[in-house]
This record gives sequence, structure tokens and C-alpha cells, in this order.
Amino acid sequence: MSKLRIITNGIIKDNPTFVLVLGMCPTIGTTTSAINGMGMGLATTFVLILSNVFISMFAKMIPDKVRIPAYIVIIASFVTVLQLLMQAYVPDLYAALGLFIPLIVVNCIILGRAEAFANKNTPLDSALDGIGIGLGFTLALTFIGLVRELLGSLSLFGMKLGEGDGMLAFVLAPGGFLVLGYLMVIFRKLISKKA
Amino acid sequence: MEYLIIIISAVFVNNIVLSQFLGICPFLGVSNKVSTATGMSAAVVFVITLSTLVTYLLHYYVLVPLGIEFMMTIVFILVIAALVQMVEIILKKISPSLYQALGIFLPLITTNCTVLGVAINVVTKEFTFGGEAHLLNLGETVVYAASSALGFGVAMVLFAGIREQLDLVSVPKAFKGTPIALITAGILAMAFMGFSGLV
Amino acid sequence: MAVCLFLVCLACSALLGGVYVLTLDKINQEVVKKTNNAIALVTPEFDNEPSAESLSVELDGDEITVYPAKKGGETVGYAIESFTSKGFSGTINIMVGFDMDGNITGTSVISHAETPGLGAKMTEPSFYSQFVGKNPASFRLAVTKDGGEVDAITASTITSRAYCDAVDRAWRAFQKVVNSK
Repeated sequence: MSKLRIITNGIIKDNPTFVLVLGMCPTIGTTTSAINGMGMGLATTFVLILSNVFISMFAKMIPDKVRIPAYIVIIASFVTVLQLLMQAYVPDLYAALGLFIPLIVVNCIILGRAEAFANKNTPLDSALDGIGIGLGFTLALTFIGLVRELLGSLSLFGMKLGEGDGMLAFVLAPGGFLVLGYLMVIFRKLISKKA
Repeated sequence: MEYLIIIISAVFVNNIVLSQFLGICPFLGVSNKVSTATGMSAAVVFVITLSTLVTYLLHYYVLVPLGIEFMMTIVFILVIAALVQMVEIILKKISPSLYQALGIFLPLITTNCTVLGVAINVVTKEFTFGGEAHLLNLGETVVYAASSALGFGVAMVLFAGIREQLDLVSVPKAFKGTPIALITAGILAMAFMGFSGLV
Repeated sequence: MAVCLFLVCLACSALLGGVYVLTLDKINQEVVKKTNNAIALVTPEFDNEPSAESLSVELDGDEITVYPAKKGGETVGYAIESFTSKGFSGTINIMVGFDMDGNITGTSVISHAETPGLGAKMTEPSFYSQFVGKNPASFRLAVTKDGGEVDAITASTITSRAYCDAVDRAWRAFQKVVNSK
């Protein structure tokens, strides 16, 4: 598999949001605006790349029986590092994403990639896989955030496009489910046309 | 009275799945049948109540005195993972019938974000029950944890009921599976918004 | 097996401890910066360092921090760090600025946990700018629904009421500071 292929796989064929349907909680919970969605995506990407690299480096040294707890400890450590860094450098984004930052620990994408890819591949390939999947996740979240922000508060990346409030339901809980559902339909249609 | 407000608020108004977006993976994943949804919910109620109690005590009696609150995420997830394992072993020994019913769901619970979410929420978030915002005390924590989990159960079972019906109708090909489930969940979430004036 | 797991935990704890020590200063700085920004947003022009001259006032059993804004050695206004526990979810902390006549020169939210799209709209100018220039001595600090003069955020009456409560708390603290001089 070529190096480029590993990256594009994560964006289209194995897109974590639209195809694998993993990590749904932050996908719906944090996409009230495009910026928040992008921030969440990048935060997850950060943890995913680091945990992928470290797990692929140490996979051979960790006995099979304690592999899952060891992975969880590694992932949780990187999440805590991320929490501290975000508090120090982007406190506003940290406050906006709130609970969903520590919850990256239990995001199935990360443990899933550790099991399915990182522990069988080289650190370089694992890093590329992390970038690809992370990018796919970030793009999906940014796009969902974009749609919800546009419909719900009539703005794009925080810039107001028109007067008024928009359709409030799209920023609230139901909108998250609905937008993701319809976008998934559109994504499927586009993919099946290509194939 | 205050406990009643906590219960209503956690089960309906701030339903953990439909308004706080936690536990959506199992909500979509194991909601095909009412019977599995019920089993999963029972296991979640059990684990959340127990693990939140343990993490609450650990937070106030170990992490805070030592000044290492930043280790919260890593400590909590390890406690939850260990606890789930222990519950599984104990259940197997003590009540094989209960183990038969809940056993298959237990390994899935470690990565159910409601468990970690509720555990972190009770020690970091201030709640407004009865007018004044405050951090929860021990009694409120247990009630809140149990009723949040119950809210998860209510949403799961309701949703599974709808999905059983959904299987019988013909849905356009691109909508099959997850998309139509998400749209249904959206409508259910809209219905739950109706509770928002309640407390 | 156990040794290996122990080693992993040890390495991770060491990493975390290191990052914690490295970021500690920066995190504290950010908190101070946020307070300073809020002070600058709500008060008239000043040339002192309000956060270095802060004083605290006791009000209903709570300590309220007051930052005096001075220009040329003369006090031109106060920024008051107020809060309310009546919000929709959790405490809302706001900074309220007054000039020496008791007119509100600005309000700014420091931290909150209100719902995005609803209560969180209190951080938008369309809501908070309505307080500017008002004097609570004559301006009724309550939403119109309760007989006051504050336009509530659509569908977020609880948050709007809470905001009024916080501004009112700041106002009472301001009076206490001025009267004690």
C-alpha cells in the first residue's frame, strides 16, 4: 500500500464518521459551529497520531494479555497532555468543548485504530494512518458544524451572514442528529456513484 | 423534593443521550431489539451508579488532597475498566443467571462514554437543582448517576421500539441503517425538548 | 506482565507530571489575562494596573473582587467581578464596569456553561450592550416579563434573569465600595 493511499483511505473509504460510524458522541455534541467542530477534530487527530505512533513502537514489548489496559493508559496520558496544552494555549476552545475533550479517551476511533492498524504496522505508517483518519474526522466534523451553524445561527465560522436567529433547532440537540443523518445519505450517494 | 427534581431533570429534561450527546455509539449500535436494549440499559445503570460512587470518593479523598486533579481522566478510566472487569468476575460467581443476561454487554461498557462522562460531570460541573448552582454532594451524586443511567435506558428502550417498527417498512436504499436511525433519533430528541420547561 | 503494565504507567505518569509543571505557569497566566481583558472591556480608559490594586467586598456572605480603574492617580471607575448561581446550568461569572456616577460602562462574561444557541447568546453584543450607559439607580434590572427594562434573550428567560441577578450583585457591591469611601 502506497503511503499516500494510507492517508486518502482515512478520508474517503474508511471515513470514520460517514462510513465507519465511530465516535458519534463528539460528532454530534461539539458541532454547534464550524470552529468547534474543527477544534474537536484537530484535538482528536493530535491524540490519534501520538497514540498510533507510540503503540506501534511498543506493541511488541507489551504482552498480549495486558494490551488493552496498556493502550488505555497510553491514550489517557496523551489526552491529559492535550487537556493541559489546550488550557494553556486555547482556553476558550477548551471551555467550549468541555467534557468532550476528556472523553476522547473513550472515543472508539482511537482504540479501534490502535487495535486494527497501529499494533501491526510500522510507526511511520501508523502516523500516516493517524493523519488520514484524523483528517477524515476533522473534515466531517467541520462540515457538519458548518451546516448546523449556517442553518441554526445564520453565520459561517463565526461571521454573521444575515440578520435574525436562524432555525434554532439545528444548533440544539435534534439538529445534530438530523444533519448527520442527511449528510450520511448524501455521502453514500456520492460514493456509490463513483464506484 | 430535591431528589425528585434531580431524577426528573436527569431522566427527561437533560436526557444524557438525547440532549447531552453521550452514549450515542451503543444507542445506535445495540438498539435493534427491545430485549437487547433493556439488557444493555440494566448493565449501564448498574455500572454507572457503582463507578460514579467510587470515582467520586476517589476524587475528593485522594486526588484533591494530593493536588493532582489533572490526573482525573486517566485515574477515572482505569477505575472504570477495572470495575467492569471485577463486576464481570463477581457476577459470574454469584449469579450466573444475571451474568447470562448482562454478561455480554459488560465488556462494551468500558468504552461507553456515558460512564466516564457522568463520573467527570459530577466532580467538575455545577448543577442547578432548586435554584442555586452547586457541586453535588455524595447523596445527590448517587441519585444523579442512577437517574442519568435510567435516562439512557429510557431513551434506548424507546428507540429500540421505534426501530423494530422501522425494520418493517421500506426505506430508500441510501437511508437504510444508520442514517434513518439518526433522523429518527433527531425527531425523538425534538420530542424530549418538550420536557425542557419541567424543572 | 504486571511489571510491563507498571512500567507503562510509570512512563505515562512521568510524562504527565512533566507537562503539568511546564504548562502550570501558562495556565495561570491565561486566567489572569482573561480577567485583565474583561476589565479593559468594561471600564473607561485607565492607566493603572487594576488587578494589582484589587480589593474585596463582602456581600451576602460572598467575597466580591473589585478592580479600581484609575487615570492620573484618580479613580475613574470600577470593574466588579460578579457571579450568579441562578443560571440554566452552573455558575455564570461576569465582569461589570461602572463609572463614578454609577452608570454601567460595560458587562462581559468571563465563564459560563449555558446552552450554545440559547443562553450562550448572552455573550453576543445584541444582548449585553443594552446595559451600557444605564444607571441601576433608575434602570430596573429585571427582564420585561418581570416588570423590568431588560430585553430577555429569546427562549432563554432563565439565563437573562440570571444575568440581571449578576449585574445587580455587582451594583450592590459598587454602592458598598463608593459608600465606604
